[in-house]
Amino acid sequence: MSEMTYLQAISDGLRTEMRRDKRVFVIGEDVGVYGGAFKVTLGFQEEFGPWRVIDAPLAETAIVGGATGAAMMGMRPVAEMQFSDFVSCAWDHLVTIAAKQHWRAGTPIPIVLRLPSGGGFSGGPFHSQNPESSFAHIPGLKCVCPSTPEDAKGLLISAIEDPNPVLFFEHKHLYRRIKAEVPEGRYTTPIGKARMHQEGTDVSVVTWGAMVYTAAEASEQLDDVSVEIVDLRTVMPWDKAAVLESVRKTSKVLVLHEDTRTGGFGAEIAATIAEEAFEDLDAPVKRIAAPDTPVPFSPPLEKAFIPQVEDVVEGLRELAAY
Amino acid sequence: MAIAREAEPVGSLHEVKEAGLDREDLLGIYRNMLITRGVEERGHILYKQGKIPGSFYTGRGNEAASVGVATAMGPDDVGTPLHRDMGVHITRGVEPWKIFAQFMGRIDGPARGRDGNVHMADANLGLIAMVSHLPAMLPVATGCALAFRIREEPRVSIGWFGEGASARGDVHECMTLAGTRKLPIVYVCDNNQWAYSTPTYLEYATEHVADRAQAYGFEGVVVDGTDVLAVYREAKRAIEKARAGGGPTLLECLTLRMEGHAVHDDAFYVPKVMFERWAESDPVERYRSWLRANADMTDDEESSIGEQVKALLNEALRRADESSMPEAGDLTDGVYAAPEELETPHHK
Repeated sequence: MSEMTYLQAISDGLRTEMRRDKRVFVIGEDVGVYGGAFKVTLGFQEEFGPWRVIDAPLAETAIVGGATGAAMMGMRPVAEMQFSDFVSCAWDHLVTIAAKQHWRAGTPIPIVLRLPSGGGFSGGPFHSQNPESSFAHIPGLKCVCPSTPEDAKGLLISAIEDPNPVLFFEHKHLYRRIKAEVPEGRYTTPIGKARMHQEGTDVSVVTWGAMVYTAAEASEQLDDVSVEIVDLRTVMPWDKAAVLESVRKTSKVLVLHEDTRTGGFGAEIAATIAEEAFEDLDAPVKRIAAPDTPVPFSPPLEKAFIPQVEDVVEGLRELAAY
Repeated sequence: MAIAREAEPVGSLHEVKEAGLDREDLLGIYRNMLITRGVEERGHILYKQGKIPGSFYTGRGNEAASVGVATAMGPDDVGTPLHRDMGVHITRGVEPWKIFAQFMGRIDGPARGRDGNVHMADANLGLIAMVSHLPAMLPVATGCALAFRIREEPRVSIGWFGEGASARGDVHECMTLAGTRKLPIVYVCDNNQWAYSTPTYLEYATEHVADRAQAYGFEGVVVDGTDVLAVYREAKRAIEKARAGGGPTLLECLTLRMEGHAVHDDAFYVPKVMFERWAESDPVERYRSWLRANADMTDDEESSIGEQVKALLNEALRRADESSMPEAGDLTDGVYAAPEELETPHHK
């Protein structure tokens, strides 16, 4: 084990796979000489050469469509979108081709898209979004949203190994803020399995990504409420069994996410709980999410947009008192 | 003024032999063109019989362009043919009965009823199934070329698009990538002069689509798409150039879409005189006459090929009609691939 930031763990996972498997290559904007906008691939081009760490033109369509074609020819592309927001430019290639090719034509598309996502540092409407729900809605795509350095490394390796298109949402606000012990060498973390972040008995919080830490901080402020935090780790597929088990244990649920509320993935979780665990509930399922607006730029506005610790504290109190 | 090179027609048998085709190859090309046209004509009949769900698209007028390019491909080359490129599937060896099964939504069609029309491909033959968002296949074809370049394999990727599709950003993005990286790819533009009802002067402002190639740093060539041998010669040249590390080529095959966009469309917006003029250079008839005049195709050879194709298509229709409809219970299978499926022909 060695201590790493979330960002270093992603880098370590990617380097591990590139050393092990010659089919793995990186393509993206400024990923080579510059080492990526966030420096995840710093030093990679020196180690792996310009044809395995490919600086692409500013052309997300060519990057994602190209990764899809290369994957069809037996490669294992890891494409970086400089910000997850820019994946909108490659929607067609991801959703129209990569997501559907196996189902309709029998061709697996083993690509990984690394998507630096999330807000908290005044990135504004085009550098702060959490678009995982949009893609979780598309049959054929997988969506991974790790919160810890250990999971970030293990899930990235699983994503590269996976025979399907996997969107790897790496939260920018965790990159350098979160540091923890990470196992050495190669290991995988299963896609579709939640992680129990914190056990509790009164209220369950179901969340993922940076909101895991918001929930944990809120829980620390509540001496009289025992909070269980289920970190989904992946939203497609999502660990329904782990969520339902926690619901049966606490009977009260808060679904928390940084993405906007309407049609957010939390709605799917809440609906599933209503369908499958209604009799186990002692309170209506509560959702805390961002309001239905674009992500704002100015700090007071952004603070009002991203769910804060105090919002979660209040939500947990309400549920505990119900 | 044209920037792209305007290719000359093919003349003598000697010239054709220079390009690498013997007499048997020439008759094979004729056969493939007849099968291509026959499959689409029979498809029309199936449609009128109510056996084809949804709509039906053909590439009448594009037989020489599609067969010519596919004939120039090497066995390990790959491509992304579109809905006017039936000749590519035929030339690469897709069995017609599977195409009819595909048209009718049967289980033995390459898409097993999950997708229709020419949205199909046999991976074993180096083909990739198209989507309706036509230019979207070009970045995919470019990615195949990228894989070949990374692995330093002597393989070439062929990406097809129409002059209509040339308007979209995908085309610009992937040609930029292919040009900067000198990837082993040939972009083939089937310019049939009509994007549904939109004429060329509303689609692009240059004289040729291929004129754009210069802006991406590679060669553009325009060829008469009704002249199968000229298409073959230019495609062969471009493919071998790409294989040798010379980078991409944009090859534009000029034709006319001889029918509507799809079966529902009577193409009232195409001037009658245009159809009349292009009917005079019907690719199948043009090549048949050339074989008679230049390669001594005999009456016996001609009728024998015609009979063989007829028998093949009759048998194909019979076999396709025996294929069952897909089971609704299997609908949700295969949304995600399993790890062992990575060992497909494409992944070799």
